Amino acid sequence: MHELSVTESILEISLRHANQANAKRITNLYLVIGQFASIVDDSVQFYWDIVSKETIASGAILHFRRLPATLSCSECNHQYSPDNNGFSCPNCKSDRVKVISGEEFFMEAIDIET
Amino acid sequence: MAKNILVVENILSANDRVAAENRTIFDVAGVKVFNLMASPGAGKTSLIEQTIKRMLPVIKLAVIDGDIATNLDADRAAAAGAFAVQINTGGECHLDAIMINSAIKQMNLKNFSLIIIENVGNLVCPASFQLGSHKSVLIASIPEGDDKPYKYPGMYRGVDALVINKIDLLPYVPFNMDYFCKGVEILNPGLVTFPLSCKTGEGLESWIEWITGNARGR
Repeated sequence: MHELSVTESILEISLRHANQANAKRITNLYLVIGQFASIVDDSVQFYWDIVSKETIASGAILHFRRLPATLSCSECNHQYSPDNNGFSCPNCKSDRVKVISGEEFFMEAIDIET
Repeated sequence: MAKNILVVENILSANDRVAAENRTIFDVAGVKVFNLMASPGAGKTSLIEQTIKRMLPVIKLAVIDGDIATNLDADRAAAAGAFAVQINTGGECHLDAIMINSAIKQMNLKNFSLIIIENVGNLVCPASFQLGSHKSVLIASIPEGDDKPYKYPGMYRGVDALVINKIDLLPYVPFNMDYFCKGVEILNPGLVTFPLSCKTGEGLESWIEWITGNARGR
């Protein structure tokens, strides 16, 4: 949501790393988004095409890898990733569960041409 | 020549960097800051009025109000006795760290031990925009219905405290408290919750105790 500002941040990070490596072009960006991160891939792609124009990132392809969330059951300590059947613990069916991870949003790598 | 460069860097927007700066400014000044969020009409301003009345003159507090238009809420906070600043966002549906940064640079923060930021009425966007506050508080209200935790998980998951306002209306509107609380517990286990009524005063003492304790850094 409000993906323009995060897309601008993606551009800044990629240009900074590319410039440090004396790149002439950025060809691919690899982004990791947690299952619960409220980032919409399509919105980022839409804004990316606009903000990257006339930079060395213009035309670069965005790759999105979704990380499954990890929940932990407070009753039986079972750790799992939620599926389509809801958040309840698959081991003991308890609803007393905690979110351990799932809100990540980071750039893991870029491909450049020097 | 083609190369792969390892980056591994969190994509914090420019907002989050300014939020971190705001937080440093608050900590240096020794002031504790609360970000109050809710749907329009849930009772943000009413809770602020009741809080001001019970905390002054012992705890010096300021209110930063965010609205798309008007000074209505800042005027109410000022009438209750607090130092109040109004931010008109001019259309933006949430306060962001940059707006707060501008506001606090015009305030003498050392004069206050507590600042309440009253966010724009909105259950979605404010959850994604850190302001640099120490605690965030969501106000739910009984007439909104008991399914809101399920429908707005981002907001419910991200807050440090939950006020359930307008409990005086429980006899008059359909609201299943067990269903509501179950949704909250799944998203934010152990979330400190304050059922209260700004209108009748019921339940306000626990809220005042919590916010006072946090204002004193406990």
